[in-house]
Amino acid sequence: MPISRPTDLAGALEVLAEVPTADVLAGGTDAMVEISFDHRRPEHVVALRRIDALREHRVSPAVLELGATITYMQIETELAEHAPGLAMASRTVGSPQIRNAGTIGGNLGTASPAGDTLPWLLAMDAEVELTSAARGTRHLPLAAFITGPKRTAREADELITSVRVPRVEGPQHTAKIGPRNAMVISVACVAVIVDTTNRVVRIGMGSVGPGPLRATDAEAAVSEAIDWEALRCPEAAIGAFGRACAEAARPITDHRSTAEYRRHAVGVLAARSLRRCLNA
Amino acid sequence: MSDHSSPSRPPPSAAQPSVTETYELSVNGRARSVPDAWIGESLLYVLRERLGLPGAKNACEQGECGSCSLYVDGVLLNSCCVLAADAVDADIRTVEGLGDGGHLTDVQQAFLDAGAVQCGFCIPGLIVTVHDLLDRVPDPDELQVREAISGNLCRCTGYGRILQAVEDVKLARLADPEGSS
Repeated sequence: MPISRPTDLAGALEVLAEVPTADVLAGGTDAMVEISFDHRRPEHVVALRRIDALREHRVSPAVLELGATITYMQIETELAEHAPGLAMASRTVGSPQIRNAGTIGGNLGTASPAGDTLPWLLAMDAEVELTSAARGTRHLPLAAFITGPKRTAREADELITSVRVPRVEGPQHTAKIGPRNAMVISVACVAVIVDTTNRVVRIGMGSVGPGPLRATDAEAAVSEAIDWEALRCPEAAIGAFGRACAEAARPITDHRSTAEYRRHAVGVLAARSLRRCLNA
Repeated sequence: MSDHSSPSRPPPSAAQPSVTETYELSVNGRARSVPDAWIGESLLYVLRERLGLPGAKNACEQGECGSCSLYVDGVLLNSCCVLAADAVDADIRTVEGLGDGGHLTDVQQAFLDAGAVQCGFCIPGLIVTVHDLLDRVPDPDELQVREAISGNLCRCTGYGRILQAVEDVKLARLADPEGSS
């Protein structure tokens, strides 16, 4: 049977154990394009859409856990309260049709340098849960999970089952630059979290490196400069934050943009997003 | 369809025997058999080339243009990004299944009345998308309409009259909630 349609996680893991070459299908927005353009010829497909447990999320006082096949549309609508920055980033993905199909686990599995949820997840110190029939469950920090452009540490018999982030208080903002407002792959994008729980500013940057990047020096410096009671920051420190983020970027020139523009843009987006998180 | 270096056709069988599957789809309320189809075929391909339903249009085959929009279990999707063999036991509704026995829906009629149809290629996808919007959000403002149709590209760029048609249906439905289709 060349296509498996398991209705529970155990069923999916069993197939992957037996057929490690199988292609995993979640929302289809990446996989189907590869198949239709003959960049991938599936011998066996494991389709995940019947596994309800993968579409669930859990909120505890300390942790938010998102099932792998939660769609961008669900994040945008149902999870905006718990993950406002992730909801903002999800709304910039593709079109409504794409957001109805595409999943957060798919964004992780594809691991595109331009993945729209990845900067937020990285900034939040997300951990990816991988599960296999043989070895059970393991958790990898996102930075260890993504090993390069479109490369991950997922083994062939493993499934991305969920991703979890710590719950923190404070304002969040994401921003993205591309040729138009919808249906674009980002030229540069950022997620900024002004984490009042830990009194640190977190930033993740996308499309300016082989994977999402943090700018740790920029984070440390601006976290010192912020008045955490008033949520205000001197304009000079915000400007320095933008410059330090641009400095930390590792952009390349490709058909979508130049390295120079990406570096400039990510600094502007970082400073702007931080400004929008703070009180004037 | 177009001949650009593409797509959605089964791979050349000489090089490698295709992996096939026989399955059944529920399309517009009817059970349709799909025998011996390559497992990589998109729902768009199966509808158009195997089931004779050409309403969903094939333009980009990469989820960019919205010409192939339809409903799967009531959710608006691009059928080029749906694996047909995974759509078994789902309720598939195409633009052909929106009207009732040859009657146009209010959205279809409004597109005609507003002159929103130019070359027409994007229109079936837009019709499904506009139905989806107005069924979920009866009174959208212009920004909501623009966001809702942002994934449906009209290369004739006739967006002014498309927006007018949406506005016309919205007002007609708000004035007469019973009369909508």
